[in-house]
Amino acid sequence: MEILFAVIILGSLGLIFGIGLAVASKKFNVQVDPKLEQVQHLLPGANCGACGNPGCFGFAESLLEGKSTVESCRVCSEEIKEKIAGIMGISLEKQTKKIATLHCNGGLRVKDRYIYNGINDCISAKLVLGGQKACVFACLGFGTCQKACPFGAITMSVEGLPVVDKVKCRSCNKCVLACPKKLFSLISVSNTVYVACSSYDTGRDVKMVCPVGCISCKLCEKACKFDAIHVIDNLAVIDYHKCTSCKECVKVCPAKTIRIRE
Amino acid sequence: MNIQEFLSIFISSVFIYNVILSRFLGLCPFVAISKDTKQAFAMSAAVTFVITAASIVTWLIYRFLLLPFNLAYLRTLSFVLVIAALVQLIEMVIRKTSPVLYRAFGIYLTLITTNCAVLGAAVLNIDMFFVNGKAVPGSFYYSVFQGFCMGLGYTLAMLIMSGIRERLELCNVPSALKNFPLAFIIASILSLSFMGFSGFKF
Repeated sequence: MEILFAVIILGSLGLIFGIGLAVASKKFNVQVDPKLEQVQHLLPGANCGACGNPGCFGFAESLLEGKSTVESCRVCSEEIKEKIAGIMGISLEKQTKKIATLHCNGGLRVKDRYIYNGINDCISAKLVLGGQKACVFACLGFGTCQKACPFGAITMSVEGLPVVDKVKCRSCNKCVLACPKKLFSLISVSNTVYVACSSYDTGRDVKMVCPVGCISCKLCEKACKFDAIHVIDNLAVIDYHKCTSCKECVKVCPAKTIRIRE
Repeated sequence: MNIQEFLSIFISSVFIYNVILSRFLGLCPFVAISKDTKQAFAMSAAVTFVITAASIVTWLIYRFLLLPFNLAYLRTLSFVLVIAALVQLIEMVIRKTSPVLYRAFGIYLTLITTNCAVLGAAVLNIDMFFVNGKAVPGSFYYSVFQGFCMGLGYTLAMLIMSGIRERLELCNVPSALKNFPLAFIIASILSLSFMGFSGFKF
């Protein structure tokens, strides 16, 4: 008899809750756009925030509200972007892929001014007199960019410099923001030539601390047939609107500062 | 029912028998979601809310459904059922009425369905405020208040833990101890220090 009570009580409890929840789910039903789920399913889910939205879900929402465009996701492959555009019923504008590039080639070739023994992080190191490197503009080599990269595209080489994996890089801008020395920039794949130095020091000062820095000799400026490279504030700067990647400047650069991206 | 009793419930359930550090209930979120103070606080707020609501409902179920039919031995089973249904219901209501709050709680509300701290609170209430199958005077208010205070104790432990772990992020820690091993060591030291409160008698 007692077991019957137990079964009835517990069974009816379950039944009441079940029915209650079913009624509640009808009553408190929230309409969700089916597109939202489809789009979110296609997005990479890295939640990198490069599009300016809080994560992929936020991006999907702002996409549907028309506040942002499919192109602002830098992580998706072209194929997936087209699929998303298909769901949204809009056409897609092509955009060239960009890759993060380090504008410093010093690494271990630049001597240390003092022995740094603090936290193993560029941001912390920079707080101590702007970093331990003799060149104030140089890469400190503690790999803050490596930790910041959500795609594992950056590895620290034996030379103490971060190396960007061309395939893995999704141009999410994280390293550009993370580097306390502001050494990274995003350069599109079609432009293979870049200046591997960020020093605004005069040629003499650069030569004293770094064998591969820009000494502002202006040979590249003379060699360029397209008026695309100029030495501004003691540093060669390439205008990528004009640059044709002819590599003339690479040939003449005496310090091998202007380099070709592998 | 007097003020003194409420004060003693407050001190004993927040400090002396802290739900995480002395009773060892609800440890999974304590380790998993204590990396960031903001998230830890959202989780604790959700837990406090659910524990209080569950205390109300389980007390009513026990007093008016299980006791009259002599089914006290079914309490764990029915409490699990009640808490799961309750959390689902609360989630639905919040989702409909306040999307902002729903976003703030996020997945934590659903996670609490299976959090043992909630079930533990419900069972403890019954153990403490029912004597010989009869509710002690003021039992209902004591239960609800104790549920709420256990939530506060949970919040306290979570905030201490996340505060420490946020600081540790900046420290140079041996790589073998990074993240979870260190979290466990800290948890044990914290727990030891909370054991110091057990000298108080209430």
